[in-house]
Amino acid sequence: MNGADPMIKELVILSGKGGTGKTSITASIAQLGSDTVLADCDVDAADLHLILEPRTRHRETFVSGREASIRPTDCTGCGVCLDNCRFGAIEPYLDEQDEEKFRVNGLLCEGCGVCVHFCRDRAIDFEPRDCGEWFVSDSRNGTLVHARLRPGAENSGKLVAIVRAEARSIARAQHQPLVVIDGPPGIGCPAIASVTGATMALVVTEPTVSGLHDVERLLAMIRHFRIPAALCVNKWDINPILALQIEEKSRTLGAIPVGRVAYDPGVSDAQHALRAATEIDTRAGEDIRAMWDRLRVLLDGNHFEP
Amino acid sequence: MKIAVASGKGGTGKTTVCVNLARVATQPVTLLDCDVEEPNAHLFIACPSDEVEPASIWVPRIDEQRCDACGECSAFCAFNAIAMTASRPKVFEELCHACGGCAKVCPKGAIDEVPRPIGTVTVGRSDQLTLITGRLDIGMTMAPPLIRAVRSRADDDEQLVLIDAPPGTTCPVVTAVSGCDFVVLVTEPTPFGVHDLGLAVEALEACGIPMGVVINRSRRVEPSAATFCKRKGIPVLLELPDDRRIAEAYSRGEVLVEALPEYRAAFELLLLTIRERAANTHVSRALGDGR
Repeated sequence: MNGADPMIKELVILSGKGGTGKTSITASIAQLGSDTVLADCDVDAADLHLILEPRTRHRETFVSGREASIRPTDCTGCGVCLDNCRFGAIEPYLDEQDEEKFRVNGLLCEGCGVCVHFCRDRAIDFEPRDCGEWFVSDSRNGTLVHARLRPGAENSGKLVAIVRAEARSIARAQHQPLVVIDGPPGIGCPAIASVTGATMALVVTEPTVSGLHDVERLLAMIRHFRIPAALCVNKWDINPILALQIEEKSRTLGAIPVGRVAYDPGVSDAQHALRAATEIDTRAGEDIRAMWDRLRVLLDGNHFEP
Repeated sequence: MKIAVASGKGGTGKTTVCVNLARVATQPVTLLDCDVEEPNAHLFIACPSDEVEPASIWVPRIDEQRCDACGECSAFCAFNAIAMTASRPKVFEELCHACGGCAKVCPKGAIDEVPRPIGTVTVGRSDQLTLITGRLDIGMTMAPPLIRAVRSRADDDEQLVLIDAPPGTTCPVVTAVSGCDFVVLVTEPTPFGVHDLGLAVEALEACGIPMGVVINRSRRVEPSAATFCKRKGIPVLLELPDDRRIAEAYSRGEVLVEALPEYRAAFELLLLTIRERAANTHVSRALGDGR
């Protein structure tokens, strides 16, 4: 679907619910796995670079879609645009002569062009939209492809696709067999763009009622796109019984539990020291190491049913 | 009065703040769960009599009798949702943003719009609380239209509307918070938390909505979030300590002010503070509105 190279494997780390430890675990995997290229696909709120202290060697503007903007001098205030816009992006205002005119709220503009097409006065411009930037950087744990979507922007799925494609092409060029993707929370546009065509998804969850609820929806989405899934319960000892229930539930949804990680304030200490949990002596780091060993076996073999 | 609870980083405690504010309110509250990819508020608030309704967007349907394959619709569509194949248009519904443009530009009037289900809206009531939950169907990409559907269920004149926003800083968040009187940003004092708080603040400044911050899992040794707020001139409304008992109560689906009543006063005060600040916005908007 995305021109996947069979020689390169893609491991995507997802969580459904936010804040379960995706990025901390991705940073640890980045340190444990040699020969990996990293892709931060949480383009809304990318954090992996905070730990990896990357040196950017290439950057590019992400231009996507268009945005309407009304020239006040040409607007006669007829209001056709207001009636036609389905996204609530047209706002009335009074100009200096106290005449009613209209303007576009760029944050709500979907970029459909309906207002532009039907403006009687041809008073609406429709320019390409600068939606953010993406970067290729060198870090102590390998090449990192990351991005920054402009706050309030859209088309995060498209930016995710660019970051993934770039990471794959770097892996190919550098003869590195594995791309590790730090995915976004949720199960919508950017999460789907992160998972489609990947070799395997590692789902990081927590033993809470929200974690259980969200993991069910996430595994259903992953299954919908026929991607094999592994499961990691982070902070499992917060609620051991629920941790067990989540693992059992996940098995019925086709995911293979590969490890549990203890609740450990050391993870947050490591983050403050700008280190992965496996780079300093933490209990959680040991758990992540054990999980990675199992995950590696799954990734290297063909342990999944098609 | 509309108050949104948002955060850049996920899992910082948006739902906890929302649910507890709803629980300490002494007047009728409508809680809109706009985190439609992963709605969680219903796990903490039992609403026995739920009504579930499908939510749809309007996508084009082409009448092949009338269509003369002129290609205007395909040329117009900014999202490539209509392709001309073998001299007739083919609709790719999953790419459609439901702008309605193709139906408007079709010279033959050959396009009408039909509903395409994208999720559900559930309405539940318990005592003085109404919980409205949006739930995106599995495999659907577009959250904003469903968020708009959830928001349209609350009347503008309701006393208190609380919005549980999705995490992040982009279009779904803007859709959830636009037009609110006040936004509460929930963060944690970790490097990730503070970094993403910065992104969320940037997005909200662009929306022009006043904001305040709740610092969750606060540890005295980590003043970074408070320092950031001070520098930006954003009020810190509440700090919740990094208390393992809170995490455990949350894991069981318990509401904090009920499980650990010593936190009730803090949430009552938080709601009072937010209401005062939101009322100020309300008044200044009414006075300074350009219309």
